[in-house]
Amino acid sequence: MSVEHEEQFEPTPYVVAIITYIGYVMLAVFGHMRDFLRNHGFEKNLIATEPARTKDFVPLYQNFESFYTRNLYRRIRDCWNRPIRTCPGAEFELIDRKSPDHGWSFEYPGTHTRAINFGSYNYLGFAETDGPCADAAAAATETFGCGVGSPRAEAGNLDLHTRLEATVAEFVGAEDAIIFPMGFATNALNMPALIGKGCCVLSDELNHSSLVLGARLTGAKIKVFRHNDIADVEAKLRDAIVYGQDRTRRPFKKILIVVEGVYSMEGSVTRLPELIALKKKYKAYLYLDEAHSIGAMGPHGRGVVDYFGCDPRDVDVLMGTFTKSFGGAGGYIAGSQHLVALLRQRSHSGLYGASLPAPVAAQVVTAFQMLMGRAGPPGEGARRLKQLEVNTQYFRASLHRLGVIVYGHRTSPVVPVMIFMPGKIAAFGRETLKRGLGTVVVGYPATPIIESRARFCLSAAHSLDIIDRSVQIIDEVTSLLLMKYSRRPPPAWTAGITREWAEAQLKLVDQQRRPHGAANGGPVPRRPVECRGDPPDKVADENDAAVKDNLAAVAAAS
Amino acid sequence: MLIFVADADVSWEFSDLIEAIYSAPTYHLVFEGCLILFIVGLLFQHSFLPSKRRGGSGDRLSKAEEDQLIAEWQPEPLVSGDPADEALLASYQRCATSQVGRSVTYSDGRTLVNFATGNFLDFIGEARIRDRALASLRHYGVGSCGPRGFYGTMDVHLHLEEQLAKFYGCEEAVLYSYGFSTIASAIPSYAKRHDIIFADERCCFAIQQGLEASRSKIIRFRHNDTAHLEELLQRQAEHDRRNPKKARVTRKFIVVEGLYVNCGDICPLGELVKLKYKYKVRLFVEESASLGTLGATGRGICEEAGVSVQDVDLIAAGIENALATQGGFVVGTKYVVDHQRLSGLGYCFSASLPPMLAAAASEALTMVDEMRGERTARLKSVSDRLHQRLLAELDNLWSVEGAPMSPIKHLRLHRCTGENSLPALEAACAAAADAGLLLTVARYVAQDLGQPAQPSIRLSVNCNHSDSEIGSLLDFLKSYATGLAKK
Repeated sequence: MSVEHEEQFEPTPYVVAIITYIGYVMLAVFGHMRDFLRNHGFEKNLIATEPARTKDFVPLYQNFESFYTRNLYRRIRDCWNRPIRTCPGAEFELIDRKSPDHGWSFEYPGTHTRAINFGSYNYLGFAETDGPCADAAAAATETFGCGVGSPRAEAGNLDLHTRLEATVAEFVGAEDAIIFPMGFATNALNMPALIGKGCCVLSDELNHSSLVLGARLTGAKIKVFRHNDIADVEAKLRDAIVYGQDRTRRPFKKILIVVEGVYSMEGSVTRLPELIALKKKYKAYLYLDEAHSIGAMGPHGRGVVDYFGCDPRDVDVLMGTFTKSFGGAGGYIAGSQHLVALLRQRSHSGLYGASLPAPVAAQVVTAFQMLMGRAGPPGEGARRLKQLEVNTQYFRASLHRLGVIVYGHRTSPVVPVMIFMPGKIAAFGRETLKRGLGTVVVGYPATPIIESRARFCLSAAHSLDIIDRSVQIIDEVTSLLLMKYSRRPPPAWTAGITREWAEAQLKLVDQQRRPHGAANGGPVPRRPVECRGDPPDKVADENDAAVKDNLAAVAAAS
Repeated sequence: MLIFVADADVSWEFSDLIEAIYSAPTYHLVFEGCLILFIVGLLFQHSFLPSKRRGGSGDRLSKAEEDQLIAEWQPEPLVSGDPADEALLASYQRCATSQVGRSVTYSDGRTLVNFATGNFLDFIGEARIRDRALASLRHYGVGSCGPRGFYGTMDVHLHLEEQLAKFYGCEEAVLYSYGFSTIASAIPSYAKRHDIIFADERCCFAIQQGLEASRSKIIRFRHNDTAHLEELLQRQAEHDRRNPKKARVTRKFIVVEGLYVNCGDICPLGELVKLKYKYKVRLFVEESASLGTLGATGRGICEEAGVSVQDVDLIAAGIENALATQGGFVVGTKYVVDHQRLSGLGYCFSASLPPMLAAAASEALTMVDEMRGERTARLKSVSDRLHQRLLAELDNLWSVEGAPMSPIKHLRLHRCTGENSLPALEAACAAAADAGLLLTVARYVAQDLGQPAQPSIRLSVNCNHSDSEIGSLLDFLKSYATGLAKK
């Protein structure tokens, strides 16, 4: 199926854009007025200021840097950092906060609010306090304690680490893998081991901050291409090879294309097959960050590689995290044996950072085992994958029918809904919470200034009823806030995606649940999924058929 | 023009203007005309931007030429063909099947006494901490499933931050989810491109990564040499006097470690604070190794040096050593530390610390607080005793680097063989394992500027190491080195 046909990025309506800009202008004008009043003593100044003893030092950060924080962010601070007091499962309990001074400080009155959780990354619902994963984590805590206190390369290696690495490598279909205790550090601390000065990094403009930091720490030349724009990648690639390094004009030693599988702010999916073709044509290397796609995409949950039916060996560096789909923490890099051996010798995290705590490793190993059908109730892994897929499509289709602007790919479990105007960011965050729905709102600087949005993260822990209830809340709130901006009809694929369809799909997978022990996690022969050329509806149907075939193949293989 | 005309009192009438042109001398008109032509000429000139010139019609390559170059280009392999460091890789295969506590059991059945990991206060496997972690696991699950901003903040995180701030007597603490990323994120959230950082030359690699990410100008001073630092500060001050405008916007920092992991000695914090005020430079202290191991009650380098924490602008530490979990924190005034909640990359963009680990850290911190320095004092005395015995009994065989009370000591082989290569030390560690001791060489990546010139075995002392365990370590070191000397 063609990714273009499955993805939606409805352009911002002009009127909305203009009103949004006016909103920011008003906020800026009022911000300056308030600053004036504060500076002249008309208004009480609550800004944290330099302590007296360092008063005559050069200020630690610039005043204008904090204008936005002080005057815009502060007023709606209650929409972020909401503390919770339970496991971040399908529902959670928030600790209520009150601000007596419009966001400068918070007080905790001691009450709590229960809400549906569409904010946490819990794609496969492994954020649990009991069940096989939590039991394994508890057993590991008993045996190993919480800390290790040494890097892997010195004396910090547990047998759990070695087991987890073997499991990850098998799951993603790579020769070997190495694990790290922090997802952010997996990118930031390992890229410098792979490339350095005299190399070139081609980076998607929407890459996560950890990839940007990692690329910067390599000392390589960084070129940024437009989001998911294959033509731009090719142009930049040709340019890099033909014209080489700036000033010296020497050819680059290596070129590394860095992309994410699913982009967490856009809900878009990388164009992997085209990128693999390009990287082969131009002898570049490909670094794929599957933080939001591993476990969440593809018929076996093996990420976008699995979704497109690509060969994992065509991707040079397969990176992913354990936070989002596996209810743990940390990340991995998988690839060829040589690559992993190199990382073991040069990774900053492997040589200097403490190793992954045992309970986390145990949780993640067990989650992988469940997905491969080797642990937990029979067929539980496959059920969760299917549930997430069905939830995602059902939720997205329902939102499209509401008439809000939804970004992203139909199978991407992060679902951005456009808010645009700054005033509505807080209103949406507060109104949804008032009705019992916890979600994330994002504005500048995490998004372009006019493209503020709300973001929903689907989970296999959500039931269809929870989704229906949430859609109803979203319907109410978006009507209230006049957020139904879309001028397009819902995309064609949403037609058949109804509650009945969803129930039928889930029943199907229930029937396919198979006896325990027989399952096989190895590669399953799959029907290749067609990548481009056909009209969307036909492709969608074929894709459905292919996915169904693949599911059947998994069942048959076990 | 119209505006001027309207205000007839002060401006000229249009006719006046014409008249002025007529009355102007010819050379003036010619001169003005030339200037106008020059400006117009400039506007139409080709841009000299190097990127544009490359694309100019002259040297733009044709598609065929480009394809030729592309076909010719041979990149280096992604993974260089350097021979693998087998000894290092072997450490990833040596699997502990028990907790990495005071002793460790390996999959081959051997149980070794641990002199290799940062378990200084022997908190790994402590029942109180374990039970608290288990209770937390059954309440929150393992992962926090999000960054702090997006529902990744649990009440345990808030509680631990409050507790840390109180422990240090500071206004605020910020919790990170990985020790290495703590200082590496904290430095670049303040220091930017045109700022200046004075850093000790032996700073640990996490600090160096922070320095690199800040893109500031880095000035290294000789290890623990305040005279050298002062000389450099003075030079900078003179430079500032000549450029007062630039100096007013250039932030200056001193970055040091409380207890240097790379050499096992302690920074002269008192003198650094004096320099800080004299030259108006901010002082950042990293104390991953000194938290819990220094100071009368384990409150780290400030307590040890008798310096008020208010005089240090920022303290950052990992909680992976003495507190025996994962993560790190930064403490300081609200003005300083709060800034990181929006600008510390490792804070904003990373999933928060798993709540059970935060709970474990919180319990460990309570224990440090309750013990009132009892284990810290014991650790210091064990370290000191080991140090004295190393000097007294093995002075002719091993050289020891580090402060006597430091739980981290670097051992080198020079004195017996004259040779102190990494393979020789690795062989010593392997032999130690046969003698029931877990030792490790200190590992560094090639680009680490803080690594010592000579490789070493890094000893880490545990406060509960018994005299007999220390004795067997010394016996081993002695017999091994004597054996080498005989060869």
